[in-house]
Amino acid sequence: MEKPSTRLQILNIVSAVLILIAIGLVFFYAPEELVMGQVQRIFYFHVPSAWVGFLAFFVTVVAGIMYLRSGEPFWDRVGHSSVEVGLLFTISAGVAGSIWARPIWNTWWTWDPRLTTYTIMALIYIAYIMLRQGIEDPDRRARFAAVYGIVGFISVPITYFSIMWWRTIHPVVFGSASENAKGTFSMTPPMAVTFFFSLFAFTVLYFCFLANRLRLARLQDRVEKLKAELLAA
Amino acid sequence: MIQTVGLRKSFGPRPVLRGVDLEVAPGECLALMGPNGAGKTTLLRILATLSKPTSGGVRVAGLPLPAAAAAVRQRLGVVAHHTLLYSDLSAEENLQFYARLYGLTGAGPRIAAVLEQVGLDRRRRDLVRTFSRGMQQRLAIARALLHDPQVMLFDEPYTGLDPQAAEVLDGVLRDARQTGRTMLITTHDLSRALALADRVAILAHGVIAFAAGCRELDPRSFAETYANAVG
Amino acid sequence: MPSGSPVLEADVPAPAVAPQLAGPADRLRHYLRAVGALLWKDLAAELRSKELLSSMLVFALLVILIFNFALELDRSAREDVAAGVLWVTTAFTGTLGLNRSLSQEKDRGSLDGLLLAPVDRSALFFGKALGNLLFIFVIQLIMLPVFTVLFDVSMLQPLLLLAVLLGSIGYAAVGTLLASMTVHSRSRDVMLPILLFPVAVPLLIAAVRASSGVLTAAAWSDLSPWFNLLLVYDVIFVAVAFMLFEYVVEE
Repeated sequence: MEKPSTRLQILNIVSAVLILIAIGLVFFYAPEELVMGQVQRIFYFHVPSAWVGFLAFFVTVVAGIMYLRSGEPFWDRVGHSSVEVGLLFTISAGVAGSIWARPIWNTWWTWDPRLTTYTIMALIYIAYIMLRQGIEDPDRRARFAAVYGIVGFISVPITYFSIMWWRTIHPVVFGSASENAKGTFSMTPPMAVTFFFSLFAFTVLYFCFLANRLRLARLQDRVEKLKAELLAA
Repeated sequence: MIQTVGLRKSFGPRPVLRGVDLEVAPGECLALMGPNGAGKTTLLRILATLSKPTSGGVRVAGLPLPAAAAAVRQRLGVVAHHTLLYSDLSAEENLQFYARLYGLTGAGPRIAAVLEQVGLDRRRRDLVRTFSRGMQQRLAIARALLHDPQVMLFDEPYTGLDPQAAEVLDGVLRDARQTGRTMLITTHDLSRALALADRVAILAHGVIAFAAGCRELDPRSFAETYANAVG
Repeated sequence: MPSGSPVLEADVPAPAVAPQLAGPADRLRHYLRAVGALLWKDLAAELRSKELLSSMLVFALLVILIFNFALELDRSAREDVAAGVLWVTTAFTGTLGLNRSLSQEKDRGSLDGLLLAPVDRSALFFGKALGNLLFIFVIQLIMLPVFTVLFDVSMLQPLLLLAVLLGSIGYAAVGTLLASMTVHSRSRDVMLPILLFPVAVPLLIAAVRASSGVLTAAAWSDLSPWFNLLLVYDVIFVAVAFMLFEYVVEE
């Protein structure tokens, strides 16, 4: 089995280091928040996870468009890998958010716009994966996945607005605090530094996971090809 | 009128056509034979513009595929495995529908003419649901003839036909030949192939393993030739 | 194309029977005739067999019945809930209709017949989607008086009809695109709702809010954002489906 390329190995190490630094910053550098206490530290993991979940979806759509235009299997692998990695981050963002919400909002779950839209996005991810599993022909599978990724992505912002016009209690972090948004807080500079570093570390982690998953997908395709050639001969 | 050079088609990692070189001259009728799974239907679908080649050159009716697919469709008539007919519509309605899809205006007389050509004019108002397999096949041919195509493709047209229906089909195909259309027929039926076609080709292992004019062939030894080509 | 291949004549004159599709006006006329032919074909076939409409109708009535037992409603609650029940029923009945409409084409292999014709793929989309829209809309039109009777809520209002129409358009457009994919997949019947529902959420929210607003006689200023959202969704997704359809259908 071929070993991961040097670049990939470096990426793996770099992301691990960045994440360790981020964790250190979160627990030892960032100050404790006045109202919410230690629980607030989850914010530094939750928001970047959520951001990466969204980034991953964007990458999937771009890959989908590129695949439809070029027909290169590489883009299909990117789209697929990004969905899996994105789903992972989306679920962890959801779980982290839930852990945060319980002590603050006194509930595990609310139907507020951001959270609900996020859940729907996770469901679209899952639907994407299930669609792929249901189709045997590789070309068709790639085409359909690309199409669904695009349709799904376009629906997400519209979903967000539709739910927002309906209700909201999600904390507003970067804007002014409003009466309805419990759990809002304003960020002091050390918090900002921690947050943005964490955001950066998570983004690098995403690309690291993506690259590894891509490598796996490429190897899988190679195996399929060899199998097919063996059977046909 | 039909020409492929180094045509390859793979479904993902699985290669089906591995460099098919085929040529059918204008007005010629070629019988394409080969074992199941050899890729006959795949090849036919590519020629019919329903599928794109993975690599290689394809020209049908003098136009390149897949680039000029839309123009090729206007000049192409296909009789496929499925009848492509709507069972809840009558024979006439089916043809009217396809006439509109093919952009034929004032197609009434044309529809009547093809129905007569395939011997179905008396059943024109009957629902296709009531037709036997042989009659459906004939209507499918009428459908393919509607827009007067230069090139016609037939995918195993004799399958499931009783001897009487097969004879009618023979007649229809002979008529089509006489009007100078280029035809490619895939078939398992050796004797029919030799009777109807100008040339025979055998598709095996994803390439054309054998091709010759029918007149040069001896029917008795052909079975052996076939077995050798197929391996 | 490899060099050195023998070149056949590149110019084959079109058959005498076919029209000279020269100008854009001709092409548009052909396009519209093709869409019309597809629509006519689906309607004529359905009128003869009635299998699609009848199964959708029975299913819709059964869903309404179950809702009636599941939600014990007094008069005031009914107006709030009626809109929701209407659209949930539509969502489920719609997937039933979409599935059957497209599997018929696929199972009989007749999609190939459509693809063989010298017709733009988008015309195939419009023909199919319009047919599906008609089926969904007809079922809803039948349901409205049923609702009026069963729920004792007046459902026969023009604004409500508008909401129903707009909602059906979006649903039919996205549904046709996605159903064209799911007919090729395993467990196709459950695959369509899995793909469609998450994407149809904003449409359903807007449709329910708009319908509910009309039924509770809300002011237009409250209603208009929802009607706008319906319109926006329809425009966006009809365009998206129209553009992506050929990638689904071409091999």
